[in-house]
Amino acid sequence: MDAIASNAPLVVFIVIGTIAVAASFLVVMMRNPVHSALFLLLTFLCVAVLFVIKAAEFVAAVQVLVYAGGIMVLFLFVVMLINVRHLPDEKMTTSYTLGGIGVGVAIFVLFFAVVRTGAYHDEAPNAAKKLTTVREQVLTQHPTDPNKLVRKWRAKDNRNAEAIGMALYRDYLVPFEVASLFLLVAMIGAIVIGKRELSALEEETAPDYMLERVETEKEVKDLVNAN
Amino acid sequence: MNTPLMHYLVWPLVKFLIAFIIVQVLVAAMNWIERRLLGLFQARLGPNRVGYKGLLQIIADPVKFLLKEDIVPASAEKVAYFLGPILPLIPAFIVFCLIPFGPPPTFTVTRVNVGLLLILALTSTGVYGIILGGWASNNKYSLMGGLRSAAQMVSYEVPFGLSIVGVLMICGSLDLVTIVRYQETNAWNFLPQIVACFIFLVAMNAENNRTPFDLPEAESELVAGYHTEYSAMKFAFFMLAEFSMMIVNSCLMVTLFFGGWTLGMFGIGLTTDVLRHMGMFGGILGTLIFVTKVMLFMLIYVWFRATFPRFRFDQLMDLGWKWMIPLALGNIFVTAIFILAGQERLMYWIGIVSIGLAAMYLFKPKPKRAAAPGKVAHAS
Repeated sequence: MDAIASNAPLVVFIVIGTIAVAASFLVVMMRNPVHSALFLLLTFLCVAVLFVIKAAEFVAAVQVLVYAGGIMVLFLFVVMLINVRHLPDEKMTTSYTLGGIGVGVAIFVLFFAVVRTGAYHDEAPNAAKKLTTVREQVLTQHPTDPNKLVRKWRAKDNRNAEAIGMALYRDYLVPFEVASLFLLVAMIGAIVIGKRELSALEEETAPDYMLERVETEKEVKDLVNAN
Repeated sequence: MNTPLMHYLVWPLVKFLIAFIIVQVLVAAMNWIERRLLGLFQARLGPNRVGYKGLLQIIADPVKFLLKEDIVPASAEKVAYFLGPILPLIPAFIVFCLIPFGPPPTFTVTRVNVGLLLILALTSTGVYGIILGGWASNNKYSLMGGLRSAAQMVSYEVPFGLSIVGVLMICGSLDLVTIVRYQETNAWNFLPQIVACFIFLVAMNAENNRTPFDLPEAESELVAGYHTEYSAMKFAFFMLAEFSMMIVNSCLMVTLFFGGWTLGMFGIGLTTDVLRHMGMFGGILGTLIFVTKVMLFMLIYVWFRATFPRFRFDQLMDLGWKWMIPLALGNIFVTAIFILAGQERLMYWIGIVSIGLAAMYLFKPKPKRAAAPGKVAHAS
């Protein structure tokens, strides 16, 4: 029992990590886009659990809030609006497969090398700010007085959300604002592209569902003008 | 039994189970309370046949749901169809681990330092059941309901989250216990954050798909919306999740704006320290105060439903994006100015003045009508 308790983070990591990897494989393997989206959701949730293991509960909560609660809902919304039930039964592999696998392996090796040598186990100047792991928290408990343990635990991880706030809004305020400005520009760009009328060339090459939309818009306009 | 296991697993689970059972009993009771209250509001009786004043309806309804035939549409997407009613239940139940029902540590299940954010994250995943259920039913009305729900939930999550930011800025913590402890030494947050409180009230109604925002299940347009194709216990699961989420949102409202389990401001009255001195009885008293406040907000839900007519969809979106979000952003801006000036307590006057104005508007003497015009016309 004690062996499991002390290795709990490792056990959880292995289980959740396996699920996350399997789910992300299924995202690309599924033929039904809604099923893909659901497995992507599962991947997001698993990644959130991995964040919790590293005692980054703020990032975990934001991960669920933004990705699972916002972005995936919009994904599903679009998939359902277009209402693609099944992708056509063609081969799921293309001539790019080999190159894709190559790039994937290269990135994996790169990450593996970086993480392996301990580039992220930083002996950084702000070592005091370094976040405590779950294991450390469990080990700090007092053997007889459970209340003492809770207080210790709280005092340690209370810095987490504050540290992120300080980093974002004080130390890195300008990059943060620039990034949000980029997002705003991207959003405006998407709206402008989505709203404009198609040119003659684009009308020839555009897929059917886009033309249908343009036609209905024209019909509505004509109706409004006629009245 | 070793201590960490008891401390981290067994006791939280026991506490969660107790909280869970109490909340589920409240959910079942809410069904009866809502129908009786709607009867009262609409000058009719409501259910009054089964048991004393219809109280046994609480048991009769679940039994009916259990015994009814469970029909699965032949063309439904089976997996998603089954997941639909179950998915919203999971976050609706887990959230009760995070809510402080009474003075800590005995009467709170867990204490997470980003508890509020975690609650928001969990509740935001509740929409999947509605979307999936609507899509998997393979029915146009269901799909429309699901799509409407997705658009509405995503839109109103923004003012919902933004209205909380003001409270966070004043209290300086995401920990619900700290927020309550702040409110008992200062004023309850609805005074300095009256605008945020109002936005939260509207947004939580929209998040729960309650009338006037129940467009995903508007019966005059979409039959029953996303749960058109659901019957028996699956339908009951949707209802269960909806009522559980209503209780969650009421709990949040009480914790964030109305002082949680305490009954006092500026350190006077039934504060946490006073309750702790009373020992176990104080804890139970605090929990009772909390539950009473929560039930008051559940009544406001019903009151809303009985009072307001349903919005049109474009009106709903206009209200969300053009009024609620700018209002919430403005509230954050004003709060930030007051905090920068170090004059948080001046903000109480915003609340007092707004409440005063509202009271004056509500209780102003009405001009007497000379004669009932309808009767005259009828007589002539």
